[in-house]
Amino acid sequence: MDDLAPGYPSNILDEDRQGVLGRPLDRVDGPLKVAGKAIYAYEYAGQGKAAYGFIVGAAVATGRILAIDTAETSRLPGVVLIMTHPNVPTHRAYVTSGELPSGQPPYGVGRPFLADGRVRYHGEPVALVVAESFEQARDAAARVKVSYEAGPKPATRVKHEAAHAYAPKDVRGFLETDSSKGDFAGAFAGAPVQIDATYDTPFQNHHALEPHASMAVWQDGAVTLYVAAQLPIDCRDVIADTLQLPPEKVRIICKFVGGGFGSKLRTEADAVLSALAARQLGRPVKIAFTRQQVVVNAAHRTESIQRVRLGAERGGRLIALAHEALEHTSTFDEFAEQTVDATRHLYAAPNRLTTHRLVRLDLPMPGDMRAPGEAIGMLATEQAMDELACAIGLDPIELRIRNEPKVHPETGKPFSTRHLVECYREGAQRFGWDRRPAQPATLRDGRWLVGYGMAASIRSNFMATSQARARLAPDGRLTVQTAMTDIGTGTYTILTQIAAECLGLPVGQVTAEIGDSDLPRSPGSGGSFGAGSSGSAVYYACMTLLDRMARAAGLNDPSLLAIKHGQVSVGGQTMPIDAFMAQYAPQGIEADGEIKPGQEMRDYSQNAYGACFAEVGVDIDSGEPRLRRMLGVFTAGRILNAKTARSQATGGLIWGLSSALHEEGLIDERYGKFMNNDLAGYHVPAHADVVDVDAVFLPEVDDKSNPLKSKGLGELGICGSGAAVANAIYNACGVRVRSYPITLDKLIFDPAFPTPD
Amino acid sequence: MNIFDYLRPATVSEAVAAASEPGSAYLAAGTNLLDLMKGGITRPRRLIDINHLPGLDRIEHLPGGGVRIGALVRNSDLAHDSDLTRRFPAVAEAILSGASAQLRNAATVGGNLLQRTRCSYFYDVASACNKREAGAGCEARGGDTRLHAVLGWSESCIATHPSDFCVPLVAFDAVVEIEGATGRREVPLESFHRLPGDAPERESVLEPGELIVSVRLPAEAAAFSAHARYLKVRERTSYAFAVVSAAAALRIEEATILEARIALGGVALKPWRTRTAEEMLAGARPDLAAFRRAAEAALADAKPSGDNAFKIELARRIVTRALVLAAAGTPERVPALPASPFAPVPGVLLHA
Repeated sequence: MDDLAPGYPSNILDEDRQGVLGRPLDRVDGPLKVAGKAIYAYEYAGQGKAAYGFIVGAAVATGRILAIDTAETSRLPGVVLIMTHPNVPTHRAYVTSGELPSGQPPYGVGRPFLADGRVRYHGEPVALVVAESFEQARDAAARVKVSYEAGPKPATRVKHEAAHAYAPKDVRGFLETDSSKGDFAGAFAGAPVQIDATYDTPFQNHHALEPHASMAVWQDGAVTLYVAAQLPIDCRDVIADTLQLPPEKVRIICKFVGGGFGSKLRTEADAVLSALAARQLGRPVKIAFTRQQVVVNAAHRTESIQRVRLGAERGGRLIALAHEALEHTSTFDEFAEQTVDATRHLYAAPNRLTTHRLVRLDLPMPGDMRAPGEAIGMLATEQAMDELACAIGLDPIELRIRNEPKVHPETGKPFSTRHLVECYREGAQRFGWDRRPAQPATLRDGRWLVGYGMAASIRSNFMATSQARARLAPDGRLTVQTAMTDIGTGTYTILTQIAAECLGLPVGQVTAEIGDSDLPRSPGSGGSFGAGSSGSAVYYACMTLLDRMARAAGLNDPSLLAIKHGQVSVGGQTMPIDAFMAQYAPQGIEADGEIKPGQEMRDYSQNAYGACFAEVGVDIDSGEPRLRRMLGVFTAGRILNAKTARSQATGGLIWGLSSALHEEGLIDERYGKFMNNDLAGYHVPAHADVVDVDAVFLPEVDDKSNPLKSKGLGELGICGSGAAVANAIYNACGVRVRSYPITLDKLIFDPAFPTPD
Repeated sequence: MNIFDYLRPATVSEAVAAASEPGSAYLAAGTNLLDLMKGGITRPRRLIDINHLPGLDRIEHLPGGGVRIGALVRNSDLAHDSDLTRRFPAVAEAILSGASAQLRNAATVGGNLLQRTRCSYFYDVASACNKREAGAGCEARGGDTRLHAVLGWSESCIATHPSDFCVPLVAFDAVVEIEGATGRREVPLESFHRLPGDAPERESVLEPGELIVSVRLPAEAAAFSAHARYLKVRERTSYAFAVVSAAAALRIEEATILEARIALGGVALKPWRTRTAEEMLAGARPDLAAFRRAAEAALADAKPSGDNAFKIELARRIVTRALVLAAAGTPERVPALPASPFAPVPGVLLHA
């Protein structure tokens, strides 16, 4: 194994000279946001000329359009354009993910809308109405008369289509559809303790605070699109490919994005249709989804049915482990959530089996939602581990420790770092896990039935090629640039910290510029790779900049130049950085940096880890389950900003809580239509549900991940946390609910639920 | 576009005259109406803004002991009126369990009575809805019905009335004071909302142009102040409509119930008073067995309208619990989580 990649050497960030990196710096963009001065896509002034588009959605889930009567609509005051499939300008035909070259993600290829008369799902865009005002467009859109030849009754639920399941070629992230090792069937059959449980997780809908929105502005054959996007470069490529333009004719501006969570990875109808309509009209066009439109026009989380089988020795050691997911994609393209992926990395077991199967539903394309794969897969497996612990009478933490692998349980690769056991132990101590009742339904607090639960967290660490530029102005101000986004995660702040730490500058002297596809290429925000990838590119740009400063001062050895608090020490002399620049580089200095995934990504299994703990109360009369407190203890390499990292982690824990208790996209199976399309009907936790949630990161540096030695953590908190809540509910009331979300009716009617006294 | 007139009358009589035109709608806070207009669910031709009408924003404690609450009194102002909370604590508790602090600061008493159902088929203009369009049909039947009515529903409509406030009001014999073209009239709240029958598009007894000017609580309601609670089951701790709710109030002397009041929310198209159950408790000892019998009686006529049979058993449990809590005595202060069946975690500040 001595040919393993060596990792990233000790560097300036390890020295902590400036003392900025990792500190809980307030968001540098915070004042803009609280003052309402952060401009989001829809808020850009339309140069006084913007027209407003409103999308008309299909009223059937399957079939085709017979006719579109726009006579009344076109006569309405203010209406300037009605775009439908017979008159939409020619644009690229739909390319399915299966038609793409192997290994190419679907985020950057053309996305046609209104392209034909077929209806694939309820709410699919069938017309765009553009008018002088939003209100005119909305009203006119409601008066477009579309007649349909309805197709067959839509397929709407995974459970009804199981007979038509198929194995995809691969699953999201180009992972293997199935994996196996040893003899699962034989080992499971012979295992002294067996758990065989089937769990289901519902559709979930995206509801980022900012709905998807775009404004397209054309000038001289080029388009600038102000858009709520997570991936500026991919968004540019989608628009260029869809409209058959060279990429340099498209510019994406997304300085602020009001939440993404995966819903703004794909470029959606707002962006494509505003670009098409603005070109045709020769004036800017704005389109925003209403809250209700987000549900069908953005991705939703797959519905899944997951069978987990655990075969163990009486002492708890796993002999056989299987996780099989049945989930859905659309009829017209393929998205295969990698639901069982975490199972491949988490526990040791000599005999293993994991599979994914898909059914096709007449619904919009499912897609990415925070921690695709782990978020729903671990709702199943981490509850199954709890069931096993209960079956053999072993503490759930001890069970997990007994199955902690030394190397990757499938591939045998070493882990870059893995401090999962430390997370369990630290979490148990901080949470007071020793107070957990060993028997369910034995702890009471007034009318509460109280229970404790825990679960493991794991999330794969990724990296994507990223570039950045650093420019030191003559006055000593540093600007770093990359086509990255801040989707509420804190990118502006951490890039500022990384650059300030590298250059030895106070943070007030550093500006991060992002959210523009004309800046150096970045992968954008997604898959928790953003901070590590874009931050590493900034790091390399700053290192090259330091090198150039040293050369400008006539030094061949850059280590002879040191900067701290803006004071440059060079050749035994110390001077303020502006004086240095005046003397050695009066024009300023610029440098580029780039990171690419290295051998370390292939040689090591890289994951962030954690342990989630929950205490819940279940009301003995009503069955209402409520969180009382929650703690996550995590490791994710070097923490770049303690405050934004904690916010990401607690946000993930809360989403786990939401998955356990609340979220469910309700489909009317007769029509294939999502019915709870607003935040009154689609529940997420309110403040009062989030009483006491905390997250802690244990110190760690991972020198195999990137030069920052950080790992992605934006999605870590949601992984496993919902199962911790489910396990706590079982501990509280003795009811094992395997169908999420866990609502009160699933509890009080279970025979195991205690009788009110 | 739905071009509508906007009028801001100076007096109640001007407002009533203006609203007598077909297609008129009164606008108070607009917390429900504006959403409905944006969604194309209602398309009024004229909006009569009543926010500036004089005299409708007062809480008057009447000489005989009753209280008259002006139609424009904001929910927050009412819930924090110290006389009201002292004498009608379950009413304050119900108000504070509804919506969010921001909505309560805006929403009015009259608007609360007239808020529309939250049935998702009513909101989805592509679905047939008899309430939205008379005779169109009801696509909620056979659809997503987990939270729909279990009492008083018909084949034409299985929706529920979403108000919390109305539930204790109906238990306490509140009276709605209405101004119309022909003058003032009064209607008991219990007969103000109509059950769907075969005309669910008619939601209340209001005639075109009629305006709610106030709601009156009779003096007798204050006799329950020592034993009055509102309890609301919701699927998250705040900012959620009731799955089921109950107001329970008792007059107890020498360990005997002299009189009981019980009403349910979230179960029917109107706040649901249960007189049979009330009568069963009169003269009974305030114990669990009696409360369970009363709860049984309260739901005797209930039947599921879809996938919602659980609401019947849940309602029994909540009536029982509300009676237990009422018997235990009204707390000195409205709990930190108003109307919640459970106490907050000690030492944790909650923002419901």
